[in-house]
Amino acid sequence: MVRKVVRGFYAVAHAVKLCRPNVICAYPITPQTEIVENLAAMYANGELENCEYITAESEFGAASILVGASATGARTFTATCSQGLILMSEVLWNAAGMRLPIVMVIANRSLSAPLSIWNDHQDSMAMRDACIMQVYVENNQEAHDMIPQAYKIAENRDVMLPFMVCMDGYKLTHAYEPVDLLDQETVDKFLPPYDPPIKLTTKDPLTFGCYAPPHCYMEFRVVMQRAMERAKKVMEDVFEEWAGLTGRNWGGLIATDHMEDAEVAVVAMGSVVGLVRDVVEEMRKEGKKVGLVKIRSFRPFPVEDLRKALKDVERIVVFERAVSFGHEGPVAMELKSALFGHSDAKVYSFAVGLGGRDIPKQLVRKCIEKSEEIEPGFYFEGVKDFEEVIV
Amino acid sequence: MKITLGAVSKPYTSLKMKTGDWGTHWPKVDEELCTGCGTCEMFCPDMCIEVVKVGEENGKEIKKAKVNYDYCKGCGICAEVCPTKAIKMELKDIYKVI
Amino acid sequence: MVDILIEVRFHGRGGQGVVTAADILAVAGFKEGYWTLSFPMFGAEKRGTPVVSYLRLSDRQIVERDEIYNPDYVVVLDPTVIGPVRVEAGIKENGMIIANYPKTAEELRKEHFSNLNSSVKVLTINATRMAMEILGRPITNTAMVGAFAGATKLIKLSTLKETVFEWFERKGEELANKNVEIVEKAYKEMEGKV
Repeated sequence: MVRKVVRGFYAVAHAVKLCRPNVICAYPITPQTEIVENLAAMYANGELENCEYITAESEFGAASILVGASATGARTFTATCSQGLILMSEVLWNAAGMRLPIVMVIANRSLSAPLSIWNDHQDSMAMRDACIMQVYVENNQEAHDMIPQAYKIAENRDVMLPFMVCMDGYKLTHAYEPVDLLDQETVDKFLPPYDPPIKLTTKDPLTFGCYAPPHCYMEFRVVMQRAMERAKKVMEDVFEEWAGLTGRNWGGLIATDHMEDAEVAVVAMGSVVGLVRDVVEEMRKEGKKVGLVKIRSFRPFPVEDLRKALKDVERIVVFERAVSFGHEGPVAMELKSALFGHSDAKVYSFAVGLGGRDIPKQLVRKCIEKSEEIEPGFYFEGVKDFEEVIV
Repeated sequence: MKITLGAVSKPYTSLKMKTGDWGTHWPKVDEELCTGCGTCEMFCPDMCIEVVKVGEENGKEIKKAKVNYDYCKGCGICAEVCPTKAIKMELKDIYKVI
Repeated sequence: MVDILIEVRFHGRGGQGVVTAADILAVAGFKEGYWTLSFPMFGAEKRGTPVVSYLRLSDRQIVERDEIYNPDYVVVLDPTVIGPVRVEAGIKENGMIIANYPKTAEELRKEHFSNLNSSVKVLTINATRMAMEILGRPITNTAMVGAFAGATKLIKLSTLKETVFEWFERKGEELANKNVEIVEKAYKEMEGKV
C-alpha cells in the first residue's frame, strides 16, 4: 500500500484494475469520463490482463454490452452519470432482473433541463427503485475502497445484483487528495475470481430475463426483494472484513458520530458528510447535543440501523441533494417511512447544493440551527431571491 | 413453481407450448400443385411449415411442403406467398356452422 | 477541527493551467508533509474564459470541500482577469495576492486594489514574459507555482522542482526541464521581493 496524491478518477480506476475486470465498456460523459480514460490507458499499456475494453456508441449500448458480457460470467465495469445514467436505465432494470452483478461508478451529476453538468444526487436517486445497490461515498479513499467491496457484495450468491458506487462529480472526481492505494496482493486476497452460478456459452444457450406472464412475474419480484434484504447482512460482513484487512473502517450501512446522547441528528450522504461532521464537532464543543448519521447504503435502505440510531432524538435534519418533485427530498421520504411508528422525532428536510451550488459551512450550520425555529417539512436552502416571469 | 435466478430459462422450453389450436383456419397443401420450392418455409413466422422429401423419381428427390399442425397458428402467410397456389387456408371443422 | 488550514485560490483563464497549478501544489505540498486537497471550479472551460481553482493545505485530513471564500493566498495567473473578476474577494487580513502582472506591486494596488485592506500583501511577477522566453507559450502556471512557493516558503524549491519535473516528464524531458527552469527563476525572483 502506498499513499499518493491522486485525482478521484485515478483512485477509482486503480481500484478497478486491481479487481481484474474482464470487460469494461463505457461512453464518455462529464464528470465521469476520466475514470474510463484512465482504464483505457491501463488497457492500452497492457496492464489489464484477460480484459476487453469496448467503446460503445452510447450509454444504452455500453450497458447492453455489459449485460451480455456479465451473462457470460465476465466481471464487468462501467461508469456514467446524469443523462447517461438515465439513457442506461432501460437496460439497468433488465440487468437487475437478470441478476447480473455489474459494478458501476456514478460520478453524481444533476439532470437537465436546465442543462447542468454539476453535482447533485438527482441522477442516482432516479434509479432508486431499480433493484440496484447504491452506496454513497464521502471521499476518494472511500470510493477507492468501495470498488473491491462492491464486487464482493454484488457477486455474492445470496445477492447477485448490480452495484452503484455513487461519488460526487467534481467535488470528488476532479479533486487531488492523498489516497492509500491498494496493492494487487491485498485485493487478490480479499476478492476471489467471479464464479457465476450460471453463465451463457455458445455451447449451452440460455434465455436471460425470460418472458414472465402474470402467473409467475410476481414471484420473480419477491425473489429480488429478498436478495436486497439479504444484501444488508452481506454488506455488513464485507465492510467488517474490509476494516480488518485494511484497518479502514467506514462503518456499516450507516456510520454515526456522537449519536449516543444526541437530541438533534443530522443525516447526510456523499461528499458533504465531512463538512457536516466538522460542523457537528464544532457544535458539540459548544455543548449542543448534535449527532451525525451518514447514510452509506441508500439501497438497500438501512431501516433497522436508522430506527436504532434515531430512536431517542427530538429533531432530525436531513441534507438532500435531490428532489422528488411533487413531494419532498428522497432521503427524508425514506427516513420517515423507516421511522413511522418507531419515533416521534420531527424531520426537517433541506435541499442544498442542487446543480453544483456550493455548500459552505455556514449554510450547513444555518440549516441545523434553523430547525429549532421552524415547522418540520421540506425546504430549499441557499436559494437566491427571484421572480417567476415569462421570457 | 420454480423461480430461476435472473429469470433464466433453458432452450426449447417453448416446445411445451403447443399453439396449433390457436387458429380458426389451417393450411392444406395440394401436393399435385406443390413444387417444393420452399417459399412457404422461408416466410413462415413460426417455423412450422417445412419442405421435406416424400419420394424419388428418376433418381431425383421429390419434395413437398409439410405443415406442423402442433404449432401452426393459421396466419395464412404460406398460402399468400405460394407461387403455385398449392396452399389453401381451410376453416377448421369445429368452426363450420352446421 | 484543524490547527493549520491554508486556503489558496487561483484565478486565470482557460488554457493557462489554472487547475494544474493547484494540482501541482497539492502533490508538492503532500511531499512536504501536508494533507492536501485541490479541485477546480469546473465550468465551460473554453480557452480564454475566466477559470478558478482551489487548494487547501493542512496538518490533518481535509474534510472541507466547499469553495474557498476567505483565502489566505490568491494566485493570479493572468493580468487581464483582475478587474473583470474580483480576485481579491474575501481575502483574509494579512493575506497575500501573488499576481502575474507586467507592472510593480504598487502600481497594481493603485490600479485595482485601492480599497484593499493594507494588511494584505500584494506581489507581482511578469510570468507571461518568463513563460514566453522559456516555453515560447504564454502558459503561466509553472511560473506562478514557483512564485507562490518563493513568496510563501510553504514548499521547498527542491520539492517543487522534483514535482514539476515528474508532472511534465510524460510530455517529454525537454518540456519538463523548461518548466523546472521557470519554477526556479520565478521562485528566486519572488524570494527577493518578499
